[in-house]
Amino acid sequence: MIVAVPSSSPDVPVTLAAPDPASRAWLQRLRGTGAERDGAIGELHELLMAAARHEVHRRAGGARGDLDDLVRQSADDALVAILRKLDDFRGESRFTTWAYKFALLEAGVKTRRRAWHDREVALDADAWSRIADRGDTPDQDAETRELLGAIGTAIERTLTPHQRQVLVAITLDDVPIDVLAERLGSTRGAVYKTLHDARRKLRAELAAGGHGR
Amino acid sequence: MTDDRALIARLLGPSEPELSCEGCFEALDRYVEAQLAGHDADRLVPGMAAHLEGCPACRDDRDSLAAWLKIT
Repeated sequence: MIVAVPSSSPDVPVTLAAPDPASRAWLQRLRGTGAERDGAIGELHELLMAAARHEVHRRAGGARGDLDDLVRQSADDALVAILRKLDDFRGESRFTTWAYKFALLEAGVKTRRRAWHDREVALDADAWSRIADRGDTPDQDAETRELLGAIGTAIERTLTPHQRQVLVAITLDDVPIDVLAERLGSTRGAVYKTLHDARRKLRAELAAGGHGR
Repeated sequence: MTDDRALIARLLGPSEPELSCEGCFEALDRYVEAQLAGHDADRLVPGMAAHLEGCPACRDDRDSLAAWLKIT
């Protein structure tokens, strides 16, 4: 079951319940005009560049290439998103923490997609049979073997071809969700919803068959 | 056998109610700040822990934000 985000909770620490003075100053300057707003945007972009640079280089490891472009694109896209969603900031964290998450998301998604750029993503809905094949090795206990076999059967019986494709790509082939979403012309949220629904079906089928976890 | 158990966990996912990816991103900043401050972040944002268990991409984003906040 997918649940909604609670906007507040009885145990929310007081320090997280309202914008702190530094966050209020950021908002005031970004909502200002002229040089004040331009200055704030410039400072914010520098912070986003620092976060994106750290993240892109950490994820790229020793890989070379045009990482500077990736860093700048991440910071630029994050800045656009932040300015568009400024009214969504509720002051439940520091403004800079809220802003950093956009830069780190952009950097992470772009770096993962770059790493998979030349790699094929096999969308094979029938590859689930590899799961059943795993359920027959000598070092498995009987319970694990039986459960894997039951999962393979449940995949065959209850999932749609699209649900099988997503389940196999993410759980067996370790394809990053953002990469899979790009190849499918979808979004991370929509792909994860497909995975979530597939898992729910599998758990229900296993429970109906008497397979507890 | 450990690999098989991990695979089973990935295939079946968390059974508890969980946030969507959009809900996770919306709450990620306050969740991570609360975690780093030693507060009960999972009580503050119900459904976040289950989602992070089930979604490797959002888990990655949580780790990245936490690591960045620790060095800034």
